[in-house]
Amino acid sequence: MTIFTKTPEPADPVIMKIKKNIATSENGFIFNPATGDSFSGNAIASAIILAMKNGDTEAQIKQSILAQYEVTAEQLNRDWDDWILQLKEANLLEF
Amino acid sequence: MTADQYSSLCIGVTGLNANDNPGPGIAVIRALKAGLGNGIRIVGLSYESMEPGIYMHELVDKTYQIPYPTAGTAALVERLEYIQEKEHLDLIIPNFDSELYNFIRIGPQLQQMGIKTFLPSHGQLALRDKINLGDFGRKHGFNIPADYKLYTIDDLKKATDELMFPLMIKGKFYEAYAAYTMDQAVKSFHQLGAAWGYPVIAQQLIRGTEINIAALGDGNGANISIIPMRKLYITDKGKAWAGVTIEDPKLIALADNFARATNWRGGYELEIMCDADDNLFILEINPRFPAWIYLTAAAGQNQPEALVKMAFGETLTPFTEYQVGKLFIRYSWDHVVDIADFQQISALGEL
Repeated sequence: MTIFTKTPEPADPVIMKIKKNIATSENGFIFNPATGDSFSGNAIASAIILAMKNGDTEAQIKQSILAQYEVTAEQLNRDWDDWILQLKEANLLEF
Repeated sequence: MTADQYSSLCIGVTGLNANDNPGPGIAVIRALKAGLGNGIRIVGLSYESMEPGIYMHELVDKTYQIPYPTAGTAALVERLEYIQEKEHLDLIIPNFDSELYNFIRIGPQLQQMGIKTFLPSHGQLALRDKINLGDFGRKHGFNIPADYKLYTIDDLKKATDELMFPLMIKGKFYEAYAAYTMDQAVKSFHQLGAAWGYPVIAQQLIRGTEINIAALGDGNGANISIIPMRKLYITDKGKAWAGVTIEDPKLIALADNFARATNWRGGYELEIMCDADDNLFILEINPRFPAWIYLTAAAGQNQPEALVKMAFGETLTPFTEYQVGKLFIRYSWDHVVDIADFQQISALGEL
């Protein structure tokens, strides 16, 4: 019996898109004008959201964080999953 | 009419009860002054001596007490004739649900006296009534929480069997309380029936985000202005003590559908609950401006000013833009006045 396995296609760069109309400020304040929800984030949250709004990929953002902060890739991946979950719960991501 | 002519209008306004369950009058006046200037003369029309607006002389030039709606239209016309002799009102903006029926009815007499209004018809008023809201929603495809009209305790038992707890028990005109048990429901039923008459309404409780929409219908099926507001701080009476303007095309479409379905003429407010699945339920439709109406002026669509111009026959281009993220926070303030003022409005019915 021959088993055919499909060759995986190269993965697209993952871009988690923040909703276009989300307003952010330098001090980490995030406002969703569609719902009126507002959130306070720290400086790194603000920077990541800005990068996501600019269309940076997950890999690019992680690379930038690894270059700037003392964090392991493993820890960053865990934190990233948690971050995305929070964004989903806050209804800030575009699907 | 020219802009200068608007600037010297004399406008009668009701709803001066700027308390913890505020009438819209003071906010309407504030918006009028912001839009038409301080040259306009505001004549307050009050029902009770403790309405704070009576004493806010920087906003209200003169106040006259008028008879309660239950006194009927003849008493209202008689009182307004007296007021008109002294004040030469150009326009009246009524701001209470319970007085609208009478003001609509005497519209032709007011017109003869030289006083304009810009109000819905009795038919329009009736179809959004809490008693008819469910039928209205079913007919026009709006999501309305299931409800039940209550005249007796037996009705309440049937309603709880059908709708299940928790429920909102609502007064015919004002007030609503959440009920999680039969005891709470019975208490609210008696309390609201005694205060506002029957039927009391039991409504399915929808959980979610509370949003209000202030809008101004042109009477021909379109809105001149629509401002959606998310409630940020809610009092124990369910009133928005703080709120922020938001942007959602679904909310604009909802108000446009309402105007199209009703040909609504005048200001109105849609009270919306957005559930976890983003369904928009209309909880109530108020047939007048809401107490937070000044936010429409602050956000760039001054609805009271626009209403005045429409009452004078001006054709307005619908507003298309407003500032999103404009936030209001209500506050309380101890306004100090002389007892002589209270004495005068109490004894003479004018101040």
